Amino acid sequence: MKELRNPKAIRKLLEDIGEIARLLSRPPRLMEVCGTHTMSLFRHGLTPLLADVGVEMVSGPGCPVCITPAGIHEAAISLVSGEKDLTLATFGDMTRVPTRMGSLQTAVPGPGSRIKIVYSPEEALEEARRAPARRVVFFGAGFETTIPAIAFTAKRAAAEGLANFWVLPALWLVPPALRAILEAGEISISGFIYPGHVSAIIGAEPYEFIARDHGLPGAIAGFEPGDILLAVRSVLEQAAAGTPRVALEYSRAMRAEGNPVARALMEEVFEPFDAAWRGLGTIPASGLRFRERFAGFDATPKFGLARPGAAGRDLPGCRCGDVLRGIIRPEGCRLFGTKCVPDSPLGPCMVSYEGACLIHFKYGRTRRPSS
Amino acid sequence: MCLAVPAKITRLEDSGQGTVDYMGSEVKANFPLVPKARLGDWVIIHAGFAISVMDEQEARETLQLFKEMADASR
Repeated sequence: MKELRNPKAIRKLLEDIGEIARLLSRPPRLMEVCGTHTMSLFRHGLTPLLADVGVEMVSGPGCPVCITPAGIHEAAISLVSGEKDLTLATFGDMTRVPTRMGSLQTAVPGPGSRIKIVYSPEEALEEARRAPARRVVFFGAGFETTIPAIAFTAKRAAAEGLANFWVLPALWLVPPALRAILEAGEISISGFIYPGHVSAIIGAEPYEFIARDHGLPGAIAGFEPGDILLAVRSVLEQAAAGTPRVALEYSRAMRAEGNPVARALMEEVFEPFDAAWRGLGTIPASGLRFRERFAGFDATPKFGLARPGAAGRDLPGCRCGDVLRGIIRPEGCRLFGTKCVPDSPLGPCMVSYEGACLIHFKYGRTRRPSS
Repeated sequence: MCLAVPAKITRLEDSGQGTVDYMGSEVKANFPLVPKARLGDWVIIHAGFAISVMDEQEARETLQLFKEMADASR
């Protein structure tokens, strides 16, 4: 797919984008919802190139490690510190998120307990199979991309009759968060670049209210530079023509209807509830919890952890929440790059590779040669 | 967390498990979310699970589009 990084094609797309942007009555500001898009935009230098042709990009809430509120991270820390012979399995980024109780990395596990970094929920299940005397809790954070894998893992644990496997869920739905950002009206947005891999599961329909009710254009994008620019061009074309819709610019990897098998699995195992997000507050039907039939897998009541509704408190001065809502850029936080750096982060946006603060720190401070 | 990569299926068992070739490495993967996937298909892998089967025709069309744009550019 190196053709999607071809400099000549990229230049042509940027020229097209600049031409359309000049036709619009106001300079366009697009939100890239997904943290992996933010990463690609910065790594390839696209955000400044787009600014040069009149398009402002702003990052959205697309980092599950970041939007998982402090209360849930703290619940995981108290779990592994307070229990004996327990394995807390989680994705690597989750272990470094700082809270008022430290992080999972600095936590002292209870006797015989440990933290295991996994790449897949299946590895956590494998640990439970291999060590039946241990209790294994998978601390799973994710959007619709990740949730079907977690649903499958819980269902498989049920089928195998494993009695030593639980999930501490931090499961988030993207469309309700976009609705909340639009309804809050704190930031004016002229269109959206929708996340490609969340959309591979949910399809295009869940975003249609944004075109219909808010009159805003959008496009589902892949992750190569060319993919993102194609989507930006589509959004601006829709804006210029006054025909907002949900365009598919990632059709090699997703269908308009998403993945119905994955969605059915999600719906079988989980149900929506009003969840508290870091920075965004409580959003109706924006989180998932186990349905009654699978409630035995929920680590929250089993280990007497704080209810997932408990948002907890951020470290003093951390503005990760404002960054997630798009109302400030990372540079707008006075801790950014001074007290809060990747080696000693004060909030999850400086931890996750999808966190806007980390991405701005790594790639956003390069000065371009003056021409 | 939604980072996902394209990879080619190199082994597919009835259990729904198997392997993919990702940039020359053989990696374990789970296929229950893509029941129509066949050996040799390209899939998108996320957190150890294939979440989508790639469409070769669509991929070719995207590549062709970029080739045309590159040719049209100065």
